[in-house]
Amino acid sequence: MKQNPKIPPDEITPEHLYLNRRNFIRAGMLIGTAAATASVYRYFNPEPLLPAETDNSQITAKNTVKTTNERLNTFEEITNYNNFYEFSTNKQAVARKAKDFVTRPWTVAVGGLVHKPKIYDIDELLRFDQEERIYRFRCVEAWSMVIPWIGFPLKKLLDLAEPMSSARYVAFETFYKGSSAYEGANLPPPPNAMQSSLAAGIDFPYVEGLRLDEAMHPLTILATGLYGKILPNQNGAPIRLVVPWKYGFKSIKSVVKITLTDSEPPTTWNLAAPDEYGFYSNVNPEVNHPRWSQATERRIGESEMRPTLLFNGYGEEVASLYNGMDLKKFF
Amino acid sequence: MNDIRFYKFLLSLNALLPLALMLIDWSRGRLGANPIEFFLRATGVMTLIFLTVTLSITPLRKIFGLNHLIKYRRMAGLYAFFYAGVHLLTYSVFDKGLGLRAIAEDIVQRPFIAVGMAAFAMLIPLAVTSTNGWIKRLGGKRWARLHKMTYAIAILGVIHFWMIVKSDVFYPAMFGVLTGILLCYRALPKITKIVKSVTAIKP
Repeated sequence: MKQNPKIPPDEITPEHLYLNRRNFIRAGMLIGTAAATASVYRYFNPEPLLPAETDNSQITAKNTVKTTNERLNTFEEITNYNNFYEFSTNKQAVARKAKDFVTRPWTVAVGGLVHKPKIYDIDELLRFDQEERIYRFRCVEAWSMVIPWIGFPLKKLLDLAEPMSSARYVAFETFYKGSSAYEGANLPPPPNAMQSSLAAGIDFPYVEGLRLDEAMHPLTILATGLYGKILPNQNGAPIRLVVPWKYGFKSIKSVVKITLTDSEPPTTWNLAAPDEYGFYSNVNPEVNHPRWSQATERRIGESEMRPTLLFNGYGEEVASLYNGMDLKKFF
Repeated sequence: MNDIRFYKFLLSLNALLPLALMLIDWSRGRLGANPIEFFLRATGVMTLIFLTVTLSITPLRKIFGLNHLIKYRRMAGLYAFFYAGVHLLTYSVFDKGLGLRAIAEDIVQRPFIAVGMAAFAMLIPLAVTSTNGWIKRLGGKRWARLHKMTYAIAILGVIHFWMIVKSDVFYPAMFGVLTGILLCYRALPKITKIVKSVTAIKP
C-alpha cells in the first residue's frame, strides 16, 4: 500500500488518543443500548402501584360473609393485576393507566322492563347497607384470586325497580367516552388514558348480561369496595358487578347502566369470539376454551396449578339454576 | 478487544439483560402478581425477537451492504434457541410440574402447545449444526438449505403466540408482519424468476 506523504506527522492522531476515543464510543454504546433494553423491559413490567398511591377512603361493611377459608390475596395483588381493556391489555399496566380516572359525579340508570325506572346517584347506592363478601374469583385466562369484596346484593336494587313480568334478562354497560350519555346522566369526562376499541381488540362500551334469576341470586352483588376501602379505579370504580361462579369477564366494571330486557342481551366477549365465550360462561373444568384448558388454574401467589371447581365451587348454591341444561351447549 | 469481540459482547449484554432483570425482579417479588405468566410471555417474545433478528441479517447485508453482520448471525440464532429452551423449561416445570404425561396430553389437547413444541423441535437440529464443523460436513449449500427452516420456525412461533392471546393481537401481528416482509424479500425474487421462466416458454 502506498503511503500518503502529504500528512505531516503532527496531524496524525496519537495512538493513545485514538484508543481513548474508541473506548469512549464503546462505553457509550454499552450504556446506551443497555439503558434502552432496560426501559423496554420496564415498559412491559411496570412498577406496581403501591397501596399508598390509591384512594384509601374507607367504606364500612355491616357484616362479613365468608364463602371460603382460603388465604386472601393481598391488596397489592388484587390492585395490580387487572383486566380492564378500556385502559390497557397489559394486566400489570392497568393500575397506573387508571390512576387518574375520576369517578365523580357518577350515576347508574336502572331501566327497561321495570315499573320504577330510576337514575341513582352513586352516593345513594353507597348509603345501602354494605356487606363484606369473601369470594373466589376465577378468570377465563386460568388464574384465580380470593377477594374480600364489599357491596350489596344486586337483587336489592332490582327489587326497588320492580321488574315487569315480561323481564327475563338484565343488561349492563360500562362507562366509556362519548357513548355512556343517557338522559339524566351525570358522569365525569372520560379520562385520556382510555384507549380505542381498535387498540383493545373488543368493542366499547363493554356490555354484559345475566338471566334475571342469575341476577337475583343472593351470591350476585354490586361491589363498591374491597379490603375495607372504596373500590380502586383499576378494579372497576365506583361500582361493579361480581358473579363469583362465572368467569371474571362477566363481572362487568364501572357500571353506568342496568337495563331489564325480554331477550338475551349482547355481551362483549361473545360478540368478539362467539365460539370461545358463551353468554353463560359458568366456570366449568369440563368445558375447555377452544384454545386452552379450563381444568386447572393458577391461584395468584402460588406456583403450582390447582384443579378448577365446577361453578367455581359454588355448585351447591347455583347448580339448580341450570337444571336440565346442557352446560356444554350453553357454555 | 477487537471489533468483532466487542460487538458480540454488546449483543450478549442486551440479550441477557432482560433475563437478569426478570430474575432480580422475581427474587424481590416484583415480577407482577403472576410472575410465571410474565416470565413465560417474556421468554417467548425474546425468542421471536431473536428469530426476527437472525432473519434480518441477510436482507440488511444485501440492501445496505452491511456484510460484517454475518459474523453475529449465529449468535443471534443461538439466543433464539436459548430463550426458547428457557420458555419450554418454565412451562414444563411450573405449568406441568415436569409431568411428561401431562405434557403429552397437553400437546394433544391444546393445538397451540403442539405448534410451539414443533417449532422448538425444529430449532434443535439448527442449533446442533450451527458449528463450523457442521457447516463443513454438510457443505455450504445443504447447510444453508437446512437453515432456511428458520422461516418456518418463525411462522410457527407467530401462530403459537397468536393462539394464546384473547383480543390483543398487536404484538403477534407485529411479529407476523415482520416475518412476512422478511420471507417475501427472500421468496419474491425466486417466484418472479419462476414466473419469468414459465412465461418465457409460452411463446
